[in-house]
Amino acid sequence: MKQFAASPVYKFFLFPIGQIIMFALGSSVGLSLITVLLAYVFKFNVTNFDLVERSLLILPQVVINGLTIGFVYSTIALGYTMVYGVLEFINFAHSEIFMVGGIVGVQLIAYFEHLGILATLNQYLVIALAIILAIIISGSLAVTVERVAYKPLRGAPKLVPLISAIGMSFFLQDAVRLILSLTTGEFNVILPQFGTFDEFLLVALPGMADPLRIQIKSVIIVGIAVLMLVVLNFLVNGTKVGKAIRAVAQDRPSASLMGINVSQIISITFLVGGALGGAAGVLFALKATKLDPFVGFFPGLKAFTSAVLGGIGNLTGALLGGLVLGLLESFAASYLSIFTNGAFGAEYKDIFAFAILIVVLIFRPSGLLGETVGQKA
Amino acid sequence: MGKLLELNNVHSYYGHIHALKGISLHVDEGEIVTLIGSNGAGKSSTLRTISGIIHAREGKVSFDGKDITHIEPHNVVNMGLGHVPEGRGIFPKLTVQENLEMGAYTINDPKAIKERIELVFELFPRLKERILQFGGTLSGGEQQMLAIGRGLMLNPRILMLDEPSMGLAPVLVDLIFDTIKKLNDKGTTILLVEQNALMALSIAHRGYVLQTGGIVLTDDAAKLKQNEMVQKTYLGIE
Repeated sequence: MKQFAASPVYKFFLFPIGQIIMFALGSSVGLSLITVLLAYVFKFNVTNFDLVERSLLILPQVVINGLTIGFVYSTIALGYTMVYGVLEFINFAHSEIFMVGGIVGVQLIAYFEHLGILATLNQYLVIALAIILAIIISGSLAVTVERVAYKPLRGAPKLVPLISAIGMSFFLQDAVRLILSLTTGEFNVILPQFGTFDEFLLVALPGMADPLRIQIKSVIIVGIAVLMLVVLNFLVNGTKVGKAIRAVAQDRPSASLMGINVSQIISITFLVGGALGGAAGVLFALKATKLDPFVGFFPGLKAFTSAVLGGIGNLTGALLGGLVLGLLESFAASYLSIFTNGAFGAEYKDIFAFAILIVVLIFRPSGLLGETVGQKA
Repeated sequence: MGKLLELNNVHSYYGHIHALKGISLHVDEGEIVTLIGSNGAGKSSTLRTISGIIHAREGKVSFDGKDITHIEPHNVVNMGLGHVPEGRGIFPKLTVQENLEMGAYTINDPKAIKERIELVFELFPRLKERILQFGGTLSGGEQQMLAIGRGLMLNPRILMLDEPSMGLAPVLVDLIFDTIKKLNDKGTTILLVEQNALMALSIAHRGYVLQTGGIVLTDDAAKLKQNEMVQKTYLGIE
């Protein structure tokens, strides 16, 4: 058993995938049970008596939507949490790194359309190219931001780089707006329609009259996010650079005494976090289809909430936090109006996302999975 | 027997706090030199200035004839200067094995790393039993062994140890000091910072006494042990 646990296939493939599935299933089932329970409770207060049945009918769809957005949150949250682990500060410009990734990806696809080759190219290749470009641009942007706005402030009180991060965030928003306005005349970018992403896969579920409808783009978003999470797990736990990242997070002066170039490791951390954010931007664009320079704010805030929810500085926590938050939001959006008989609609879903942040901060400030990796001994 | 490490009138600061006020000392090849002094005398700051965690604002630090005053710590380490920091600086969430691998971060040959780990296990067999345990779960003595072992991974020419006896049971203190002596016999130069002045002076060749950021006394270790002021202040002999 011990040997099996040490085998690379288990460590870098089965274990992370199993963990992801466990978290996804666990939080879906947990929230579903709560919902059904609430449905029984509310049943007697609401005029329509088929509340439980109606709740169950849409449940699979709600879970799928929740997981899709949850994986996007997880992927962004990892960028926050990695940087926090190493530098112990919140990189508020990360939401703009994410936004830039999305816009760059969409612009590439729009460029393909402009060239007239979008319809002829394989749709998966187009997505792959968009993600690769977003990873490159967002990754290098994150490294540049660190060099320009944070590195000179290392050693300053912790509030100072935080303010610098907020400034950087505003700067990037307006810089992107300026560039888009100058080049295209407007600052909204719209994902061209292509491929079969909007179509549905029909999955027949036993015991249900209608088949489950899963949008192809949901499958792609989840698939790519899971792939990136597995790669990240390998990078952090299986490579020398990953070990160095963990060492720097745990004890920076000690790490430098090991011959680790701390500045270089910090740059690599921003590179990896930025790359994840950029890729998440493209995934988000697939779902949202319309982006503008200010689109990063809310997903960024939600991803930050996810990171805190899971335990900031803790990579596994960010994954779990993102999934929980995505599902919670999806459940709130779908069930609020059903349970309140239309009095409250989906627009109140954000209350739940941020209410849970407050609850966690009050009752378990270290997050669901506890202590931070970056905590100094 | 040339001067391996030399500090010339070194001044260091933490922000506005003047921690080192003109330290001059040298360590010859093959020696054990100890710095003794009370809390806040500047012992750790001296080591931190040598390895580049803080940089001297004035004065010069040279190692093996090269000026290292403004070189970053990760490069200083690669020149053959090992530093086992105060409080041991173990990575609590890395295993013993990974901690040791980190010590050899700049070596790219896995076979060489393995060999060096084996050498550390010969020195501290206890660590081998703990190989897959997290650094943070080790006892204080084991952590100190790990810290020293990790400091030896790059086979340094000089090993600087900051308070290796801190918080250890007497039997472990003996073990650690025996090991330091053993390392020195094999040719590693040692710069030892200690509060346990008696132990330090009994294995060292020479010693420096620090007070409020300056050196007040230096002599052979045996003579320092007999010095009235040292006896009164640091050895507790009236």
